[in-house]
Amino acid sequence: MSQESLLEISNLKQHFKTGRHSVIKAVDGLNFNIYKGETFGLVGESGCGKSTTGRTIIRLYDATEGEVYFNGENVHGKKDKSELKKFNREMQMIFQDPYASLNPRMKVEDIIAEGMDIHGLVENDKQRKEKVHDLLETVGLDQEHANRYPHEFSGGQRQRIGIARALAVDPSFIIADEPISALDVSIQAQVVNLMKQLQRDKELTYLFIAHDLSMVKYISDRIGVMYFGKMVELADADELYKNALHPYTKSLLSAIPLPDPDYERSRVRFNYDPSDHDTSEEPEFREVGPDHWVLCTTNEFEHYKKQLATV
Amino acid sequence: MEKLLEVNNLHVSFDTYGGEVKAVRGVDFDVHKGETLAIVGESGSGKSVTTKALMQLLPKPPARIKEGEVLFEGRDLAKLSEKQMQKIRGKDLSMIFQDPMTSLNPTMKVGNQIMEGLIKHQKMSKGEAKRRVLELLELVGIPDAESRMKQYPHQFSGGMRQRVVVAIALACNPKLLIADEPTTALDVTIQAQILELMKNIQKKTDSAIIFITHDLGVVANVADRVAVMYAGKIVEIGTVDDIFYNPQHPYTWGLLGSMPSLDSADEDLYAIQGSPPDMIAPPKGDAFAARNDYALKIDLEQEPPMFKVSDSHYAATWLLHEHAPEIEPPESVKRRMKGMARSASGNSEGDQL
Ligand SMILES: Nc1ncnc2c1ncn2[C@@H]1O[C@H](COP(=O)(O)OP(=O)(O)OP(=O)(O)O)[C@@H](O)[C@H]1O
Ligand SMILES: Nc1ncnc2c1ncn2[C@@H]1O[C@H](COP(=O)(O)OP(=O)(O)OP(=O)(O)O)[C@@H](O)[C@H]1O
Ligand SMILES: [Mg+2]
Ligand SMILES: [Mg+2]
Repeated sequence: MSQESLLEISNLKQHFKTGRHSVIKAVDGLNFNIYKGETFGLVGESGCGKSTTGRTIIRLYDATEGEVYFNGENVHGKKDKSELKKFNREMQMIFQDPYASLNPRMKVEDIIAEGMDIHGLVENDKQRKEKVHDLLETVGLDQEHANRYPHEFSGGQRQRIGIARALAVDPSFIIADEPISALDVSIQAQVVNLMKQLQRDKELTYLFIAHDLSMVKYISDRIGVMYFGKMVELADADELYKNALHPYTKSLLSAIPLPDPDYERSRVRFNYDPSDHDTSEEPEFREVGPDHWVLCTTNEFEHYKKQLATV
Repeated sequence: MEKLLEVNNLHVSFDTYGGEVKAVRGVDFDVHKGETLAIVGESGSGKSVTTKALMQLLPKPPARIKEGEVLFEGRDLAKLSEKQMQKIRGKDLSMIFQDPMTSLNPTMKVGNQIMEGLIKHQKMSKGEAKRRVLELLELVGIPDAESRMKQYPHQFSGGMRQRVVVAIALACNPKLLIADEPTTALDVTIQAQILELMKNIQKKTDSAIIFITHDLGVVANVADRVAVMYAGKIVEIGTVDDIFYNPQHPYTWGLLGSMPSLDSADEDLYAIQGSPPDMIAPPKGDAFAARNDYALKIDLEQEPPMFKVSDSHYAATWLLHEHAPEIEPPESVKRRMKGMARSASGNSEGDQL
């Protein structure tokens, strides 16, 4: 993995107006980079803004504030149609909800081939069919499935169709929003092994949004932890699991269910109480150790540094 | 324990252009009062169809219950009229659907959707129902419930929608709750809260839960018993300890082996090879044979019966036949059988294999 950034996200904000006077700050000032060829895992509480972050990066929403640079170019500044098209092909998204994200009136073949058609990637019908069949096989489905409609598939099967669709246009960056949550573990392993292999073969970069922490740890190079629209901790995957500093990260780690009944019977969870924080000043995102960032106040910063030094 | 539900020889098919999809092919199980039965199994193996069939919620056509009975407190639900079923659904039987977006009405405020059932089934007044809604939303961990109940589903995140669905299902204190991937969309902390909540309610009301999930960590946490499904059948069933510490079916081995453990990031995940069988023309013999490294010749010919492992534990694999060769599960699975947390009892049971 290089240290060259593919994406730079700078002070990104996404605020939704939900009433005349009420605003939800779904994403509230994110700063982070995603390196070329890496998998960046994004985890955090339900509703903390992970999907919104992904959707804003890929420009499904206009950002309220802030910038996203892709290969050094400002994504949100683009207006030119052909440039937009090129960019759309580079970045693809696999959606969280395999039910809502597939058009129920389209055959699987056409769902998968839609992007190839838009970007003129196939020359004739025969080639189109072949590519669709290859893709179906790649994601562990059957050629026969090409002629069926989404409602004829189970949840997990639909998610694999979504993955095939994203892969169809040969993107360089994929935002995978909980791509495996709807899959059973054996298919999860297949898909994760597949994503890793595709990453090696095609030098793909991933933003991997998930809440299954054991899988995130397994697939990610670095992991960012979000809480209420903000990034509270960011570190190498191993470092984060070994030396979590932010209490929210600790509570997440303590809640991972393990496939071991005896362990589960005696599990102890660590609860996060946001009011336990030092409130003497606004917390900032600070580098506590090499490439280990935590949202903290000056007092907490000193405290965390000492904590890291003792391990 | 008193038997609440008894499913006998259930067969469900879908009539489609391509032919008859044999989604459920002879399923038997019981659920007792106060217990949690987890159903795990590959995507497409028939978990949702089985439970929707219990609730008589499959659209007919294309769905068809070909055979079998579903005895709930002794009454065969498969024989009830839609009107009779409506009285039971949302009261004695309640279901959390796998798909939170389509189980909520997008044009109706979230609060009203929860109130609906309370007013209809619990005969609450509007004021009572509203108070109960606030209580339920807080119970499932939705902050700021007062203003949230006035919002529409699309204004909620995936996980928040899921919590609303959980709140609706719990609203009526059902005798049997069927929860289809109820926590799949949730982060682990909220998931833990919801699981605790479901367990607490279960303890109070002695209700039974059928819990469908593919997260084996969650299974280990909630289940008393586990049924493993493959290609429309239950291939192994037992107590949670039977399944995790003494699994017998190669498909169950595959499931356990494909979970990553937290300290082994570099080992390749064990993935079951191949893809699920075509349910229009299910293979002859053992449906798992083509993907099974341990398949015997007989697997291609004849379907294995359920072999008894112990009073609580049954598995449908020819490997349990007295003439079958001695076969050990793969190393990665044996490691997991010893318990990820290396617990003492896990060790002793794991060694028996
Ligand atoms: N279109 C929208 N309009 C108004 N509010 C929205 C909209 N989309 C999201 N939100 C709000 O923004 C916040 C973040 O939502 P988001 O979907 O990004 O969460 P998430 O981290 O992906 O959660 P989950 O793990 O549950 O999917 C939530 O409070 C949600 O209610
Ligand atoms: N309306 C339908 N028409 C045709 N086939 C269907 C229909 N609904 C489900 N099926 C088929 O029935 C089988 C069982 O599906 P089911 O939804 O029960 O799977 P599942 O075990 O719940 O999977 P998942 O874990 O992905 O949710 C699948 O092969 C599916 O393709
Ligand atoms: Mg989301
Ligand atoms: Mg299902």
